Amino acid sequence: MAIFPPKARVWWNEPVQKTELIWIAVAFVWGLVMFFTMIFWHSVGEQNLSNETYKISPEAFSAKVDAMIEQYQVGEEGDTGIPVVRPPADSDVYMLARLWEWYPVLELEKGRKYRLHLASLDWQHGFSLQPENINLQVHPNYEMVLTVEPTTAGVFSVVCNEFCGIGHHQMVGRIRVVENQ
Amino acid sequence: MATAADFRICNHTGLKVYATTESLIKANAVAAVVSLAVGGLLGLLVALTRWPAVHLLPAETFYQVLTAHGTDVLLLWILFFEVAVLYFASSVLLGCRLAMPKVAWLAFILMVGGGILANIAILQGNSSVMFTSYPPMQADPNFYLGLIVFAVGALVAVFVFFGTLVVAKDEKTYQGSVPLVTFGAITAAIIAVFTIASGAVILIPTYFWSLGWLANIDTLVYKIVWWGMGHSSQQINVSAHVAVWYAIAALVLGAKPLSEKVSRAAFLLYILFLQLASAHHLLVEPGVSSEWKIFNTSYAMYLAVLGSMIHGMTVPGSIEAAQRRKGLNKGLFEWLRKAPWDNPAFSGMFMSLVMFGFLGGISGVVMGTEQINLIMHNTIYVPGHFHATVVTGTTLAFMAVTYLLIPLIFRRQIMMKKLAQWQPYLFGLGAMGISLFMMGAGTLGVPRRHWDITFADAAMSIDLPATAFLMMGLNGLSAILAAIGGVVFIIIVVASVFFGKKMEKDTVMWPKLANIKEEAAAVATYGSEEHAKIPGTVVLVAVFFVSFVLYYFINWKYLAEVWPLR
Repeated sequence: MAIFPPKARVWWNEPVQKTELIWIAVAFVWGLVMFFTMIFWHSVGEQNLSNETYKISPEAFSAKVDAMIEQYQVGEEGDTGIPVVRPPADSDVYMLARLWEWYPVLELEKGRKYRLHLASLDWQHGFSLQPENINLQVHPNYEMVLTVEPTTAGVFSVVCNEFCGIGHHQMVGRIRVVENQ
Repeated sequence: MATAADFRICNHTGLKVYATTESLIKANAVAAVVSLAVGGLLGLLVALTRWPAVHLLPAETFYQVLTAHGTDVLLLWILFFEVAVLYFASSVLLGCRLAMPKVAWLAFILMVGGGILANIAILQGNSSVMFTSYPPMQADPNFYLGLIVFAVGALVAVFVFFGTLVVAKDEKTYQGSVPLVTFGAITAAIIAVFTIASGAVILIPTYFWSLGWLANIDTLVYKIVWWGMGHSSQQINVSAHVAVWYAIAALVLGAKPLSEKVSRAAFLLYILFLQLASAHHLLVEPGVSSEWKIFNTSYAMYLAVLGSMIHGMTVPGSIEAAQRRKGLNKGLFEWLRKAPWDNPAFSGMFMSLVMFGFLGGISGVVMGTEQINLIMHNTIYVPGHFHATVVTGTTLAFMAVTYLLIPLIFRRQIMMKKLAQWQPYLFGLGAMGISLFMMGAGTLGVPRRHWDITFADAAMSIDLPATAFLMMGLNGLSAILAAIGGVVFIIIVVASVFFGKKMEKDTVMWPKLANIKEEAAAVATYGSEEHAKIPGTVVLVAVFFVSFVLYYFINWKYLAEVWPLR
């Protein structure tokens, strides 16, 4: 019994029954399948997170965001006073996270690619794009760069899903995806 | 005062129980149950706040209560109980005195003191940083200090366990190899050393930082090392509750491992590979390469998952073999149908086994897939997953074994037996609902640790799907059910321990045990079950495997539908 020492002193020589051996083989092979599926997806799949990251100070990142807004602002989001920015397709776009907003609002063209730069100016935040449900962790001092291609037009929300203090549940942002004109 | 030499022979199991060990198991079990009562109640408050129609607590209190809930159940309840399991698996199962009982008491005092200190810090309101306390968000120094002191206490207890193994070997209190359950406990203890070391490596500098002695804690380094504690501590739970499954199967049904070799090898896989799981929390992080993520998140090609899948067959398989030996041989499932479902130790254990595998195991592997994590990270799917592992898995298993601890160690009869028979079902069903509905809501984008998913005070309006709100409501209802099960458990435990009739020499044991002394004597070469056919288990495992494969690939399909990104 499992609560007593095995009586056969040399228990490691006992034969293992076939049922167990088959299951071990199946489970092992399944593990390999799952392992290689991740690698396989890197070559055929379209959703693989970039490994491109830079160390950056909050001030430097904030300056890049401001420069983009300066150049490409097309309006304001409702009466929030938050700038709406429409950078050209295939260019670099920036969104910063801070207590407690995603800034600014980005307007992207459907079916075009953008290099999206994400970083936090203060604490950790969670970039959660809804209703797509794409979720990325955003750190201070690290600038993550990934290439995204919005495939559907519409208004997308960015929610914060990393707890960041008392205003966490008010921290939202927006990405607008428009048909190409 | 009992001396170290005082022991009694348990007339139900024939095990030698030392008085010092008994007191220490009692103390740790009581501290565990108190933590569960407090932390569980806080959990109910969390669920009721996240039920949009109820929205019980104000925001600030909610985040405070959520921090305390995580700390009290994930850390205090589980680790106090695990220390009790370690002392049981060493001193009681090996029939030897506990090494260094005074040091064991010191460990207990440190754990209690640390736990209280952390709780006070949270209660004071300046440490609502969540259990994970990611910098640069900062808690009161006492929050970190409390956790450090608690962890040091736990580490000392682990070394008392190792010391006891040495004593048993030295004084030759057992022959040959340690029992499988002890082997599982050793696995848990070895992982605990790694885990607590990781905790010390990161929490001590963080404590210094909170005191102003260090200028900066790197957020990414913090996460990698912190999760070396945070995730690995859940692997202590897995090893401990698998050991508890084997122990209950042996005590209640007289089950023997199908093969000592296979079951021990599965535990060995845990020791070798479970440490890599820190990566599960860094799959959508900047600054970590895909190669690192893939190798670590898969525990080096899923070798630790292999260990769990092996236990997933050998535990029910050993039960089936034991039942068939008793003549329950009809068809595929007579052994299961006629299992003692009115015995709370068995029903709790079996539900723990099934739900840990189907809900916790499958969701964990899927969510831990490098790319699939993109559509799940930090949504409420994550708490859905770990409530399946830690609540339906670990907590339910520990509750189940408590029904045996009370008569065997506290030597009190269980009171309110009828209620006790229902308790595992109430709690199990509630916990299952919590896990499933949170996972469901997570796939619809509901964020975790979030006070208001209506975004009423936010600058821009956001509409999550109505189904997500429904799921959060059902989660609240399930939490009420689980809380009822939890309260019933606490009432039964407290009533039995304080007011239960004493177990006398001729008292009939309830929950009923297998005839352990006789079985031990009757079988000449027990240990490995010989050539038992286990067709029922094969069917169960096949169902599990098919569910696993389907769910895995369905999630790849979901992933393939989101915006391309690279």
